Amino acid sequence: MRLYWHQLASEQRLFWRAREAAFFVFIFPVLLFLLLASVYTGTIYGVPAPRALLAGLIGYGAANTAFAGLAITLVIRRESAVLKRLRSTPLPAPVFVAALLTSTLIVFAAQTVALFGLGIAFFHCPFPGRVVSLILAVLVGTIVFAALGVATASLIRSAEGSSAVVNVVLLPMAFITGSFGPTRHYPKFIRAVGDVLPLKYFIKLVNAVYLQNRELWTQPRALAVLAVWGAIGVAVAARRFRWEPREG
Amino acid sequence: MSAISVTDLRKSYGEHEVLRGIDFEIAEGEVFGLLGPNGAGKTSTVEILEGYRTRDGGEVRVLGRDPADGGTELRERIGVVLQQSQLWPNLTVLETHRMFAGYYRRPRDVDEVIDLVGLTDKRDARAKTLSGGQKRRLDLGIALVGDPDLVFLDEPTTGFDPGARRAAWEMIRSLRSLGKTVLLTTHYLDEAEQLADRVAVLREGRIVREGTPGELTGGELSEVEIRYRRDGEDIAVRTADPTRTLHELTGEALAEGRALDRLEVRRPTLEEVYLSLTEDE
Repeated sequence: MRLYWHQLASEQRLFWRAREAAFFVFIFPVLLFLLLASVYTGTIYGVPAPRALLAGLIGYGAANTAFAGLAITLVIRRESAVLKRLRSTPLPAPVFVAALLTSTLIVFAAQTVALFGLGIAFFHCPFPGRVVSLILAVLVGTIVFAALGVATASLIRSAEGSSAVVNVVLLPMAFITGSFGPTRHYPKFIRAVGDVLPLKYFIKLVNAVYLQNRELWTQPRALAVLAVWGAIGVAVAARRFRWEPREG
Repeated sequence: MSAISVTDLRKSYGEHEVLRGIDFEIAEGEVFGLLGPNGAGKTSTVEILEGYRTRDGGEVRVLGRDPADGGTELRERIGVVLQQSQLWPNLTVLETHRMFAGYYRRPRDVDEVIDLVGLTDKRDARAKTLSGGQKRRLDLGIALVGDPDLVFLDEPTTGFDPGARRAAWEMIRSLRSLGKTVLLTTHYLDEAEQLADRVAVLREGRIVREGTPGELTGGELSEVEIRYRRDGEDIAVRTADPTRTLHELTGEALAEGRALDRLEVRRPTLEEVYLSLTEDE
């Protein structure tokens, strides 16, 4: 337990110390929200646009923080042999993984709080009615996207390419699943692709909880799809994850 | 008890046999050098001992345990300097040491370790601002911060300038005075000669020679070389019995009233022994 707290504190220090990465992971979704909420007027899904965008950007934030951020961090650490170095210390692997996931959760939770704070302060967004369900949704999103992030890190070969690969997946996924606005006017086949992606179902959860004021457990289908994606991520990560650099 | 004992260690990657049955023992407190050209199997050997790789055959004991399932208990007692690793660029020297110190039950005092590796001036500098030699010292510092009994150094000075190498050697010598057992791999002969109590020369997955640096240069293989010049031609004679050969040569020259121009008697350096062992005949 002492090791867990030590490692969690270390991970938090490492995250915030790396300014550029912290900016990209933490600030960027918040800036996107401010931008989009300022330019979109009218209503989306029958609610004022900023409110729907707030929900969409929480979805983008989950994928950006837990999936993209974690995948890039892990590839860089693996290729620079830091993971290998850590393996030779008494720090147990499960403690390392638990601390890394908690650290990711802290960042995403702080981001969600920032999004709500700005939404409430500047865009007349209401305080969420279902706080417990919202917290659970943040947890579910972190776990599913972190599993996919670790799995993706296991498939990427070099640190140089990691950021490109991850963003090629992340940005189109965010677009076609409705992070930045509704998708009902998109061509049918693009929507069909979006219909199988995990982010669509995570946004669906957040929409249900925040926009329709429903509890999380009223959305079994979205939860089931996310569980399947999470399981795929865990399975790939368990089979393919490596502690050592690909080269040497 | 030996710090490390290795018996008939074997390892293959696919069809390629990298270790073909090697044996050696390292006593507690000894500095042992594993010497050989690239691809001889040095890093494979060390990584099996560190617990990174599994072996295909043979017996291995590190501090009395099998490194394949040594677990946390073994990792509490070893320190590892990898051939190449980057640490956290944005953490300071002090923060990096503290982070690693936190992983051990009984770490050494962090400031003491930073002093030992000569980074006290750079205590609050971020790792990314350090020079190559300083980064390597940071590697060594975090390998020592858990107060290990056994330290693995995989090519600790590769890529160093001469000044940095000499400084690193001083540090490695100070490990001996702390009573640590050290396993050092290197392809620099002078490094092995300077630092190691005993050396094993590895070639194509086998140990071809083992002993103190003095034994390696003084063994039966290493004949003395006598050089001189006769009729404008350089002549080199190798002999295992230099006293007799020299006596014959000088006697002959005196009888004929000649001088032995540029007469020279020399022992082979470890480098020459090493090359004769690691090159194809």
